[in-house]
Amino acid sequence: MIKKLDRLRRFEMIRTLAAVGLALGIAFLLVLFTSEQPLEALKAFAVGPVSKFRYIGNVIELAIPLLFTGLAVSVMFSANQFNLVSEGAFFIGAIGATWIATNFTLPGVIHPFVGILLAGVIGALVALIPTILKLKWNADVLVSSLMLNYIMMFLGFYFLNYHLRDPNAGDMASYKFPDSARLMKILPGTRVHTGLIIAIAAVILVYLFMYKTRWGYEIRMVGKNQNFAKYSGINVFRVILISQLLGGFLAGLGGGIEMLGMYTRFKYKMLPGFGWDGVIVAILARNNPALVPVGAFFLAYLRIGADIMSRTTDVSNQLVGIIQGVVIVLVAAEYFMSKRKNRIIYEESMADYSATKEAK
Amino acid sequence: MGKEVLAMKGITKVYPNGIVANKDINFSIDEGEIHALVGENGAGKSTLMKILFGLEKAQEGNVYLREQEVTFANPQDAIEHGVGMVHQHFMLVPSLTVAENLVLGVEPKQGLKFDEKTAQEQTASLSKQYSLEVDPAARVSDITVGTKQKVEILKALFRGAKILILDEPTAVLTPQETKELFEQLKFLKEKGHTIIFISHKLNEVKELCDRLTVMRQGTTVGTYQVADVTEEDISRLMVGRDVILKVDKKPVNPGKNILNVKDVTFVNEFGKNALKNVSFNLREGEILGVAGVEGNGQREIVDLITGLQKIQQGDIEIKGESIKEKNIRAIRDLGVSHVPEDRMVYGVAETESVKSNVMSYKYNAPEYTSKVMQKTKEIEDLASRLVVDYRIKCKNAEQPVKMLSGGNIQKVVVAREFFVEPDFIICDQPTRGIDVGAIEFIRKELVALREKGTAVLLNSADLNEVLELSDRLIVMHEGEIAGFFPDASQITEEELGLYMLGLKKQTAEEIRRAVQ
Amino acid sequence: MTSILEILGTAEFWYSVIRVTTPILFAALGALVSDSAGVINIALEGSMLWSAFAGVVFSAWFDSAWIGLLAAIIIGALIGLMLAYFALNLKTDIILSAIALNLMATGGTIFLLFVVSGDRGISSSLDSRVLPKVFEGLADKVPVIGPVIFGHNVLTYVAFILVFVTWFFLFKTPMGLRLRAVGENFHAAESVGISVKKIQYQALVLSGILSGLGGAFMSMGYVSWFSQGMTAGRGFIALAAKAMGGVSPIGTMIASLFFGFASALANYEAEITVPAEFVKMIPYIFTIVGLVVYASRKQAADKRSRQKAAEAAAAAKGGE
Repeated sequence: MIKKLDRLRRFEMIRTLAAVGLALGIAFLLVLFTSEQPLEALKAFAVGPVSKFRYIGNVIELAIPLLFTGLAVSVMFSANQFNLVSEGAFFIGAIGATWIATNFTLPGVIHPFVGILLAGVIGALVALIPTILKLKWNADVLVSSLMLNYIMMFLGFYFLNYHLRDPNAGDMASYKFPDSARLMKILPGTRVHTGLIIAIAAVILVYLFMYKTRWGYEIRMVGKNQNFAKYSGINVFRVILISQLLGGFLAGLGGGIEMLGMYTRFKYKMLPGFGWDGVIVAILARNNPALVPVGAFFLAYLRIGADIMSRTTDVSNQLVGIIQGVVIVLVAAEYFMSKRKNRIIYEESMADYSATKEAK
Repeated sequence: MGKEVLAMKGITKVYPNGIVANKDINFSIDEGEIHALVGENGAGKSTLMKILFGLEKAQEGNVYLREQEVTFANPQDAIEHGVGMVHQHFMLVPSLTVAENLVLGVEPKQGLKFDEKTAQEQTASLSKQYSLEVDPAARVSDITVGTKQKVEILKALFRGAKILILDEPTAVLTPQETKELFEQLKFLKEKGHTIIFISHKLNEVKELCDRLTVMRQGTTVGTYQVADVTEEDISRLMVGRDVILKVDKKPVNPGKNILNVKDVTFVNEFGKNALKNVSFNLREGEILGVAGVEGNGQREIVDLITGLQKIQQGDIEIKGESIKEKNIRAIRDLGVSHVPEDRMVYGVAETESVKSNVMSYKYNAPEYTSKVMQKTKEIEDLASRLVVDYRIKCKNAEQPVKMLSGGNIQKVVVAREFFVEPDFIICDQPTRGIDVGAIEFIRKELVALREKGTAVLLNSADLNEVLELSDRLIVMHEGEIAGFFPDASQITEEELGLYMLGLKKQTAEEIRRAVQ
Repeated sequence: MTSILEILGTAEFWYSVIRVTTPILFAALGALVSDSAGVINIALEGSMLWSAFAGVVFSAWFDSAWIGLLAAIIIGALIGLMLAYFALNLKTDIILSAIALNLMATGGTIFLLFVVSGDRGISSSLDSRVLPKVFEGLADKVPVIGPVIFGHNVLTYVAFILVFVTWFFLFKTPMGLRLRAVGENFHAAESVGISVKKIQYQALVLSGILSGLGGAFMSMGYVSWFSQGMTAGRGFIALAAKAMGGVSPIGTMIASLFFGFASALANYEAEITVPAEFVKMIPYIFTIVGLVVYASRKQAADKRSRQKAAEAAAAAKGGE
């Protein structure tokens, strides 16, 4: 009896891998047809990230913000809210951290801690907006969160331009962060910083929260069937609010950590896109925090590989965008390889049916 | 009767979620007869008809129409061959008119434009031809349930259906509308149409049909002349044993008052007076039945007591405490359980496991969670125990609820709501749409709860059930209590029907006895 | 530094409102058509981007603006087709499918631009064509509104004409009837043998074509080049416009004009005293406000219509 479930679950894993494989296959084909040096390009893409220690570091560095936005989106989607505000929350969280970094002097560990905390809080408040609009007036979360991302971008630029800008820096950039504000590097030879440790801790805590506590249970039930949750006595309103606040907090946190861990000034010229990446990671992880690291590192690897490929050959790194799209579609597709899946179910059911019939 | 017009041979169908709906089915009907298809829910009747109508594909088997083999790839195919289906849940577009719904797919045109006038004329003439009165220009969202069904039948006839499949057509009709329907069906039979009548209601089958086929657990058990079998015969064939339509109940020994409904008046979201000065009470160890045609206030009573709606006027007390300011959680904490009418919408989260669903009542209790973390082992033990105790047929407690049959899903709900041994339970249509075996089990469990002293409020549209299980009984009509009966065994279905339809009503004196 | 009121007084401003509304209107009509069939198309953003790209590339290659337009329309239809395939055949959630298509559009257009022309991010080396402006001579002939409504790009007039065409299609043709039936109760459509899938495919292709027109306008009318991310969220604003407009094409048009107004105002950032960033926010804030207003009014309207139905039912029952 248990066998059947395992066979299905194993098959689901194979399906995910197949989806990713197909996406990569399409990418490879594209490279083959558009590049003068396809083999070199593919080699750079596939093994570039592990060819130098520095590159491995790049993968880890990139995975850090992806872990945060991946967690953020997983939590928000678990409550069945298509809230895409993590992009804006990340951005404005980074601004918040910048403000703390450049306007205050605090001792070594406290300084970044406060910056990051503020980033998280701001992110949570931002995520609150589409949520409240939905809860109070039933306004579509998707559209309002998308709009809010742009608003946050402009708001962030306003702060940058009028309050945080260093007139002596060439580009539009903030004042330099004092060393006390920045996160420590922990892996020599790379730029990997303590944010990694915080990220891993976050993964563990969020997983435990979502699957081992009653609040996580409430969020998941609300996400699966709101009516059922309400009827069970769950305060749906409060649960949705909390889930979106938590998601926003994680996204904002990611922004603050990225800023204070990787940069010496705030230099973003547009939305960095980590929010959208978080969506992909969440989809790959099927909203399960425990699987978010898999998705995050995978995506980071793809990105760095594409970067290396674009720097050493004639293929644009935008290829990754195409891969991402295909992966989303296939992983989330129920009918991808469904014939095989249905065949398995059919065979197993017929076997069960015959067995019970004979037993009578 | 006439000769064989339709035959389905060796039909096998397995659904993607693993359920074997039809196994090697043979089914045939003769021209010009009204043929009943009976069986428990999950027996496979709906599936068989869906295959016939082209909505589903069988893995194996053939269908023969007038001796010619046919395969209906979709409903369009079936319709073209003269097979029409009237579904249980109406397939009408609310914002379109009756005429527009009727001609949908075969719309009369004037160049590029839709010819509304012709559509309405066609509707009117068909309506006259078959004595099924409808207003072609009326918007479907504005017409009654009975009229909607007429439109559904006309839709099938409009497309030339000679064979009509009706799926539980009387489920939503009043007794009066049912009578009308039967007359219309007999009229259609006279005109040469063949009718397949899917139903649970054996008394209707006896009244209307010529022959019947019994299905059980995905196979056909046999085909019989209706005149040759009794209702007991039929139900035995459906289940394989004598279905206990009678319930073994010890005499009622009521304890103290659990529920007090005081002068409750309620205006619903549509501005309608759904409840008018309703008062009654309920005591420990007794079952109070609520009978009535759906839409006469029963919904609101249940919603107000369970906390899904807020009290406007009057008051409701549970265990002496007013629930006016209480939310659902607080009401449940008083020891209240609720088996909801629509289990898929309210009763379960279908993509979640059996385990997740059975713990939703008690997930906050100290036995199953400490301050922060849940107690995994205790939860798993609970789930396993409930699967066994309530005979929930599933692979294991991790299986998603939606893979279970309707009866087993209801058992998940019942397990969760019953095992806590509530002081007060509201059961809303607890045995609707499930197989006889599950019905029997749940009724037994309900009576067992009553013996243990639970107060039970039973809202059921199944008159048989409400008469059998209830100790006391109230009948709702137009938001008021039309009748109160201190002893449910003293009243017949016919009399109950009169109160339900507002044809009879007790005096205020008699109704006040509902409060003791 | 001029004040906002002064700006509102110029014909130039209102001319630009109509101009700016054009792509939003196209996309919003696309959203309306697909929504009416019960499929949500949030890939309008990516679809417009691809179409804008195709327009530039093909008009340059074939030295003709009209071929560019044709390419844009075909590409738009193809994206609609792809969305339909992903959502209706592969059964990926339609929102996720659309997000995927949008992501592929952002990256894919830059990727292909580089492959095709060596340009990074903006089509500077491509000699693309532009669609013509029409009725320019009439601008002076009519007082006050002349300079506002004449002299626009041909596609602008097409957009507003399509409002009426869409209305006729949805409410006066059998095809439109079926589409609305599918959108409201697809079971009903199925029960009479209508292929829901086919109708939804058609709806998505139609909405793709409409967004294709919007994209063509962007790169061959609004400006005459393709640059990365040039749609800047217009596809999403169009969704809000459709949401506000409800089921009526006229309503959609009015809502689109509303957002066009906000966007046009944002273009005057240099001249308004308020910090530029806040001015740029205006269309997006307007969208959210509009969304909330629409949603709360819909709640009230739903309530009223259910009330009506219940009253009718009660009256009918009483009559029996």
